[in-house]
Amino acid sequence: MEQLYYSLLVMLLGVLGCVFYFFGSNWLLIIMFPINHVSNEKMAKNIRRAAAIRPWLFLGPALFFLGLYLVYPVFDSVYLSLHGRNGEDFVGLANYQWLFNDNEFIESLINNVMWLLIVPALSTFFGLIIAALTDRIRWGNIAKSLIFMPMAISFIGASIIWKFVYDYRAEGSDQIGLLNALVVYFGGTPQAWITIPFWNDILLMVILIWIQTGFAMVILSAALRGIPEETVEAAVLDGANGIQIFFKILIPQIWGSIAVVWTTITILVLKVFDIVLAMTNGQWDTQVLANMMFDWMFRGGGDFGRGAAIAVIIMIAVIPVMVWNVRQANAQMEGR
Amino acid sequence: MQSIPSNKSNRVMMSLKQMRRSPLMLVVHLSVLFLVLLWTFPTAGLLISSFRDKDQLAVSGWWEALSSSEQNLIGRTDAPDQQVLVDGQYILAGEIEDFNPKDEILRFGWTSQEPEAYLAGSIAKMRNGSTLTVAGDGHYSMVSPMPFTGSRGNRIFYTALASPKFTLDNYDEVLHSEGIGQSFINSLTVTIPATIIPILIAAFAAYALSWMRLPGRGILIALVVGLLVVPLQMSLIPLLQLYNTIGGYFGVSAKSYLGIWLAHTGFGLPLAIYLLRNYISGLPKEIIESARVDGANDFDIFVKIILPLSFPALASFAIFQFLWVWNDLLVATVFLGNGEHELVLTGRLRELLGSRGGNWEILTASAFVSIAVPLTVFFTLQRYLVRGLLTGSVK
Repeated sequence: MEQLYYSLLVMLLGVLGCVFYFFGSNWLLIIMFPINHVSNEKMAKNIRRAAAIRPWLFLGPALFFLGLYLVYPVFDSVYLSLHGRNGEDFVGLANYQWLFNDNEFIESLINNVMWLLIVPALSTFFGLIIAALTDRIRWGNIAKSLIFMPMAISFIGASIIWKFVYDYRAEGSDQIGLLNALVVYFGGTPQAWITIPFWNDILLMVILIWIQTGFAMVILSAALRGIPEETVEAAVLDGANGIQIFFKILIPQIWGSIAVVWTTITILVLKVFDIVLAMTNGQWDTQVLANMMFDWMFRGGGDFGRGAAIAVIIMIAVIPVMVWNVRQANAQMEGR
Repeated sequence: MQSIPSNKSNRVMMSLKQMRRSPLMLVVHLSVLFLVLLWTFPTAGLLISSFRDKDQLAVSGWWEALSSSEQNLIGRTDAPDQQVLVDGQYILAGEIEDFNPKDEILRFGWTSQEPEAYLAGSIAKMRNGSTLTVAGDGHYSMVSPMPFTGSRGNRIFYTALASPKFTLDNYDEVLHSEGIGQSFINSLTVTIPATIIPILIAAFAAYALSWMRLPGRGILIALVVGLLVVPLQMSLIPLLQLYNTIGGYFGVSAKSYLGIWLAHTGFGLPLAIYLLRNYISGLPKEIIESARVDGANDFDIFVKIILPLSFPALASFAIFQFLWVWNDLLVATVFLGNGEHELVLTGRLRELLGSRGGNWEILTASAFVSIAVPLTVFFTLQRYLVRGLLTGSVK
C-alpha cells in the first residue's frame, strides 16, 4: 500500500514537472519580451525575438532526450568497443578480433542471418495472405482482430505460451504440449523440440512470426484497399484469373508497403533477445547477437568492451535500413 | 466512361459477382478459419490451463479439460481408533480421506510398489491375513483378525477417473505468494509516467517541426527518422555507466523509477515525434494561420487548437508506448533493480520460468495476469492502434 502512495506521488511529480517546464518557459518568454503596453516598434521586435526562441523551447526537451539516450550512446559504444572490460584501457580492435574468433559469436551471426531471412519473409507472406483473404469475407474484421492480438502480448508472455505448446513428456505418457500431442496423434514419437539444434531455431522463430503477422496484415490490408478498383476491373475484362490478378496487378501496386513491413520486422528481429533468453538462453545452438550481448554485459563478468563491440555489430547491420528509411521519408516530404 | 459499351460493363459486374459467389469462397472461409484457429489456440491453451486444477493440468492436455482424466492419487483410511469388532474380526470402514465424490475409482493398491494392483471392488490381501476392499465410489473396508494399531490410518493408492475441475486457486497463489501482485503495481508505476511524459514532450516537438519557422528543420526530421531504427542495445552500456556516475555523485542507487521513466521517454521519442508530426503537419493550414492573424502566439495555438485536434494521434501513440513499456523486459532488467519493490511483471515471469519451470499452473496463471492488461487495452482501443500504425507507415 505504501508503495502505491509513493508511486502515485512520484508519478504526479514527474508528469507535473514536465507540464511545468512548458508552461513556465513560455511564461518567462512572455515576461522577457512583453508585447502589451510597449511602443509599436518594440512590440514588433519582441514578437520576432520570442518567435525565434520559442521553437527551441518546444524542441529543447526532445532534443535533449534524443541526444542523451540515442545519439551519444552510439558514439560512446564505438569508443567503449575499443577499450577493455572496464572501459578504461585502450585495446584497439582486440575486442573485434576476439569476436570473430569466438565460436559463440559465429554461431550467433549465422543464427541471426537465419532469423533475418525467415522471420520477415514469413510474417509478410502470412500477413499478405490473411489480408487478401479476410478482405473478402463478412467476418473478416473479427478474424483480423484475433490474428492481430499477439501484437499486444509481451515477448516473455508469448514465450511462456509457446513453451507450453512445445512442452515435452516422455514417450508413453499423455502429452500436455499441443505440438507433441499432434505428433503422437499422427503416429510420431514425441521430441524435446527445444533441445534439437536447427529445429529449435525454427520453433523460436515461429513465436516472432506469430507476433508480427498481425502487424504485416494490418498494413498490407490497408494498402490493398487503397488500390483503385478500376485496375482490377480492367484485368477481369482482359480475362485474368484470381491468382494472376493477385500477383500481376495487386502485388506490384503495394510494393512500397511490403518494403515498409519487411524492413520494420527486419529491425525488430535484430533487436529481439527476450524470446531466446526465455526459451533456451542461447543453449542448444540458438544464440543470437542481442542475447549474446546481454550475456557479456552482465554474466560474462560485465565486460563492457566486448558487450559494446557486439552492440556496434548490431548497429552496423541496421545502418542500411536507416539510410533507406531517411531517403524514403525525404521523398515523401518532397511529395507534399 | 461513355466509350465502354454497356454490355461490356455488365460483364465486369457479372464476373466480379461470380468471384464473390463461386465455390472458391468456401475455401476462403475455411482457410481463414484455419489461420484464426492457428493464431488463437496457443493463447487459448494458456488461458484454459490457468483455470485448471494443477494435478489435472500436469497429466492431460488443455484440450481435454472438459473430459475426465485418469489421476493417480493417495488417500488414507480412518485412524485405527475408529475400528469396530464384529464376529472376532476388526473392521475399519468409511470413505477415503479427501476423496472427491465426483470422481470414480478404477484401481487401487496398498503399497507404493503396486499402486494399481487391484480393480475397484475386488479384495486385496494385505499383511497378517487382513484384507482391503475399495469400491468405485470411494468407500473402503479393511478387515483383520488382529486389531489395527498406530495413530494414523493406512495409506491407499488409487487411480481415479477425475471429473474436470476448474479453480481460481492458481491465480490466488500467484497473486499472493509468487509476488505477481506486487509486480503488477511495479509495472504500473513504470508504465504510466513513461507513457505520459514522452507524449507531452513529443507533441511540442512535433508541432515545432511541423509549423514553426526554424533553421535546420529538415535535418532534425531526418535525424528523428534515422533514430527510429537505432537498436536499444547500443544505449545500454553508455547509459548504465552514466547512471552509475550520477547515482554515485548523489550517493543514491543508479537504479530508480525516475531513471527508467527517462530511459523509456528517450527510447519512445523518435516514434512519438514521427507519428505526431505526420499527423500535426497534415492539419489544415487555414486554422493555424487564422489563429496567428488573430494574434495568438505558437504556445496558445498549440495548447488551444493543436492538442485538442490531435487527440486521435495522441491516443494511438499512447497505446503504442503503453504496450511497449508494459511488455518491455530489457530496459527494466538494466535500469531497475530486482528488489521486491521494483521487479516488473516481465522480469518476474522470467524468474518464474527459471525457478518454477515445470509448474505450469503457476506459469500459465502468471503469464495471463501479465498479458491481461495489454489485451484489454488492445481490444478496447484497437481502432486507434491501427490508425497509428497506418500513419506511421502507409502514405
